[in-house]
Amino acid sequence: MSFDVPEDLRYLESHEWVSVDDGVARIGITDFAQDELGDVVFVELPDEGDDVTAGEEFGVVESIKAVSDVYAPVSGTVTAVNESLFDEPELLNEDPFDAGWMLEVELADEGELDDLLSADDYADQIA
Amino acid sequence: MTLRSPPLSGVHEEADARFTDFGGWEMPVEFASIREEHDAVRSSAGKFDVSHMGEVTVSGADAAALTQRLTTNDVTALDPGEAQYSAITDEDGVILDDTVVYRLPADEDEEFLFIPNARHDEEMTERWVAYRDEWGLDAAVTNRTTEYAMVALQGPDAPDLLRPETGVDIGEMDRFDIASGVVAGAESLVARTGYTGERGFEILCPWDEAEAVWTALECQPCGLGARDTLRLEMGFLLSGQDFHPEDEPRNPYEAGIGWTVKLDTEFVGRDALERADAEGVEQRLVGLELVDRGVPRHGYEVTTGDGDHLGHVTSGTMSPTLGEPIALAYLPAAYRDPGRSVRVVVRGEPKKARTRTTPFLDR
Repeated sequence: MSFDVPEDLRYLESHEWVSVDDGVARIGITDFAQDELGDVVFVELPDEGDDVTAGEEFGVVESIKAVSDVYAPVSGTVTAVNESLFDEPELLNEDPFDAGWMLEVELADEGELDDLLSADDYADQIA
Repeated sequence: MTLRSPPLSGVHEEADARFTDFGGWEMPVEFASIREEHDAVRSSAGKFDVSHMGEVTVSGADAAALTQRLTTNDVTALDPGEAQYSAITDEDGVILDDTVVYRLPADEDEEFLFIPNARHDEEMTERWVAYRDEWGLDAAVTNRTTEYAMVALQGPDAPDLLRPETGVDIGEMDRFDIASGVVAGAESLVARTGYTGERGFEILCPWDEAEAVWTALECQPCGLGARDTLRLEMGFLLSGQDFHPEDEPRNPYEAGIGWTVKLDTEFVGRDALERADAEGVEQRLVGLELVDRGVPRHGYEVTTGDGDHLGHVTSGTMSPTLGEPIALAYLPAAYRDPGRSVRVVVRGEPKKARTRTTPFLDR
């Protein structure tokens, strides 16, 4: 089975992705992660204004069969939360890189991005 | 420990199933998605490989007497071709296993078949043999778990799918009937039983003819993941989780299957269960629905609104049919009444929940 690994994103080994636009990072889970989890039925996310720390958990994704922590690829302050996921958690399965985004974070340290996996490296990890 | 494999392993691999260790068996847990498979069974039909379930036959002059004394229900109530749900308890009335006991549709001697849960086949065979010898009864006890494959066909379309593949008059069968017949060329036993709440059949066929039966029944293949959500919507027990002789020792009254206990019969555990019936039980398996957002899961604590400990969840999920988080939990017996307010502690957060009657789904 092959999974979508968009070239323009950076990744964590724990299967989160991040995109950066003008100092704001958007964060979600990968296509591989949503497939591993199966049908997502519940999402727990921080509130706007909360701080997240690179490498630390910021929320929980629950599928019918499993509970999984999700980890922040970067540190910063949460500026937006995808509240549609509360009513439609299945967006994480259907469209993990777009409609299924989870958080937007104002980056505290752009240098942290250098520690993340490139698309090629992540694709190798899940191959 | 080497995992046991069902005869359809290769077929499941070709279908890209995901596998899990279930009771020492490597079984398919998911083919498409749990939700898709679950919905197929509720709306049309799905097929399950349940070859991990045990099959033990008991035959001979004292077959009925032996099975009667080792199960809580009354096997003498069974005519040939009928089955009953039952419990197997120890001297203290603790459930060791739950099972369906079939009286096979034989012409001559009485022959019984019972279906222990995965991993329990050897233990239950040994139990039957040991008690047979202790009581000096005349019965042959045979573990046929790797002789029989078992395919469950479940859902409203199940009869229409099965009918063209078998000579058995399935329209004549009531729930818990069992008949002999050929299915897709394989000499089989066809039972109107299942674990999903839907109309359905369980087909016991020779181990090496399972593929013909499986392939002939053209519908959604389903894994144990969907089987779990389907059974939980019906409030059916899962061995090892809703009861377990060491980790969750419960008697049938606590587990909500007191109706399988026939105290006017003699069986191992009867005296303890007579006392439990007379005195009442302190805890009872109760249905819960979460009012707050969250998913209740096995092991989560249940408390009062003030945080006082009440019990714990044994099974829980987000019900695919209802779209609601549901659970089974052992709570003080008074909480059996529906509508009682409790809390389920999810990752340290008390979430509002209330008791409700089972089954969760009207079937």
